[in-house]
Amino acid sequence: MSSELPAGVERRVVDGRERLATRGEPVYGEPTDGEWRAWNPARSKLGAMLELGMETAFEGGERVLYLGAASGTTVSHVADFAGPTYAVEFAPRPARDLLSVAASRPRLFPLLKDARRPETYAHVVEAGVDAIVQDVATRGQARVALENRRFLADDGRLLLAVKARSEDVAREPAAVFEEITDELAAEYALLERRRLEPYHADHLAVVAEPR
Amino acid sequence: MTDETDPAGEGWFAGLAPDEPGAEAIAEGGTETPRPWPRLAVEAGFATDEGAYYDRLHEATTRATRRAVREREAADDQQVKHAVRAMDDCRRTANELAERLAEWAGTVDGGGSGIEYARELAADADGEPFAGLARRVADLAAEADRLESFVETRTPEVAPNLSALAGPVLAARLLSLAGGLETLAKKPSGTIQVLGAEDALFAHLRGHAPSPKHGVIFTHEAVRGTRAEDRGSAARALAGKLAIAARIDHYSGDRRPELEGELADRLATIRARADDSSAAGDTDDGPATGSTDDGPAAGSTDDGPAAGDTDDGPATGGPNADGGIGDVE
Ligand SMILES: C[S@@+](CC[C@H](N)C(=O)[O-])C[C@H]1O[C@@H](n2cnc3c(N)ncnc32)[C@H](O)[C@@H]1O
Repeated sequence: MSSELPAGVERRVVDGRERLATRGEPVYGEPTDGEWRAWNPARSKLGAMLELGMETAFEGGERVLYLGAASGTTVSHVADFAGPTYAVEFAPRPARDLLSVAASRPRLFPLLKDARRPETYAHVVEAGVDAIVQDVATRGQARVALENRRFLADDGRLLLAVKARSEDVAREPAAVFEEITDELAAEYALLERRRLEPYHADHLAVVAEPR
Repeated sequence: MTDETDPAGEGWFAGLAPDEPGAEAIAEGGTETPRPWPRLAVEAGFATDEGAYYDRLHEATTRATRRAVREREAADDQQVKHAVRAMDDCRRTANELAERLAEWAGTVDGGGSGIEYARELAADADGEPFAGLARRVADLAAEADRLESFVETRTPEVAPNLSALAGPVLAARLLSLAGGLETLAKKPSGTIQVLGAEDALFAHLRGHAPSPKHGVIFTHEAVRGTRAEDRGSAARALAGKLAIAARIDHYSGDRRPELEGELADRLATIRARADDSSAAGDTDDGPATGSTDDGPAAGSTDDGPAAGDTDDGPATGGPNADGGIGDVE
C-alpha cells in the first residue's frame, strides 16, 4: 500500500538503520551518510506522513508553500527534494535559525509573516503552487488552510498536520479533528486522513485538494 | 473569497531598480491575490529568466527576514527589560507594605511577618481595618510572581546563551541594567562585571572606596558559591563568559552550549587555588575597565577578559540600579 517516495527522498541505511533521507546540508544534528541526511519522522509531521505511506502526491521538484516553518527542520528536507519553497513563520526566534537553513538552499525563501494574513505575502508567494504544507500548531488551523487556498493550483495538494491540543487542550482530540475537517470541506475535498501515532501523539494528518 | 479587491495587484519587484535588493518591498508590501510572479517578473524585464528571478527572490527574502528578526527581537528585549523592572518594583513594594502591615496587624493579631503573613491576613482578616491593605500586598506579590514567570519564558527567547549561563532572571536584570541586548553586547566584560554596582564604582572612582568586584552578578552561584578571597576572580571569569554570550545572542543567535562547560572549568581552576594554600594570587580583581572617553577609568588589571573599548562609561542603570549589590570587600 505504501505509495512511492518523491524523487530526492530515499530509504537508505544511515547510521546503522534504514531511514528516510534527503540530500542537503545537515540542519538539526541528524545522522548523515555522505550527502544524505536522515529525515526523522518523530521530529517532522510530513516525514511521518511519508513514513506512514500517505499519498502526498509529491514527485520531486514541486513549488511549495510551507506554513509554520519554525526553525526549518522539515522545510529543509522539503527544499532538498522540491523546487522553489516558500517558508512562512511568524516567530522571530525560530526564523533566525530558518535563515541559516536557507543560506545553503538557494530555492528556499524564508518569510517572517503571519499565515493568517496571506495578503501580507501574496505579493511574494506565486499563484499556483503545487503543494501547501501546513504545520502551524496554533488555534484556527482550519482557517489558515482556507485563507491560503488562494495560492494552490487547482490540481495541487494540501498536506495538513492538525494538532488537537493547539485548538483546545480540554477537548477530546477526535472531536477537534471532526470540527476541523468539517470546516475544511468548505473549500477542500478530503482525500485521506489519519493520525500520526506512533510518531506524533494527538495529531491528525490530512491530504486534500481544492474544490 | 476576496478576489474582487485589486485583482491586478503588483508583485514585490514592481518598480525596483536593478541593484535594489527589495527587502523593504518584501517586508512592507502586500496584495490580496497572488499571481504567477516569476513569469510576470521575466515579462516585465525584472529578471532574464525564472532562475535569475528566484536568485533575486532568495536574496530579498533572506535580507527582509534577517532585518525583521533583528527588529522584532530588539522589541522583545525591551519587553523583558520592563517586565523585570516591574517585577522588582512589585516585590520591593510588596515587602515594604508587608512590613507596615505586620506592624499594624501585630497590635491586633498574634503577629507574623512577610508576604506569607500578608497572604494569611488577606484570607481571613475580613472586617479588620487592614484587610484591604493585606489583599493588596498579596495581589502585588502575586503580580511579581506572574511577571517572574513571564521573564523566565521570554528571556531565553531573547537571549538564549545569556539565559543559559546566568539563569533567565539574572539575564533579564543584566539586559535591564544595560538598557537592552544590543547595548549589553557592546559592553566590555569589565563593565558587565560591575553592572548594578554603580554607586560603589563611583565612590571608588572618587577615591573613597576600593573598586567593586561585582555588581548584580553576585547573585550567581559562580560568585556566591566561591570563597570570599576568590570571588573577584570568579566574578571576572563569569563576566567574561556573559559578555561572550550576550554578543553571540545579539550578533548571531546561535546556541553555544559549550560556554557553560568552559565557565565550569574556569571556576574549578579558580576554586582549586583555594586548596593549594592561599599565598599570593591576584589581588586586584576589580573590573577590567578599558579606558573610556567620557567615563573615568577604573583600576587596571592583569588578565581581565578582553575588554573592547567603549565610549560609554559605567552604565547608569535604570530604576533598579540602586538595587544592585555593590560588594566592596
Ligand atoms: C509545530 S511548529 C512547526 C514545526 C515545523 N513544521 C517542522 O516540522 O520543522 C509550529 C510553528 O508554527 C508557527 N506558527 C504558529 N502560528 C503561526 C501563524 N499564524 N503564522 C505563521 N507561523 C505560525 C509557530 O511559531 C511554530 O514555529
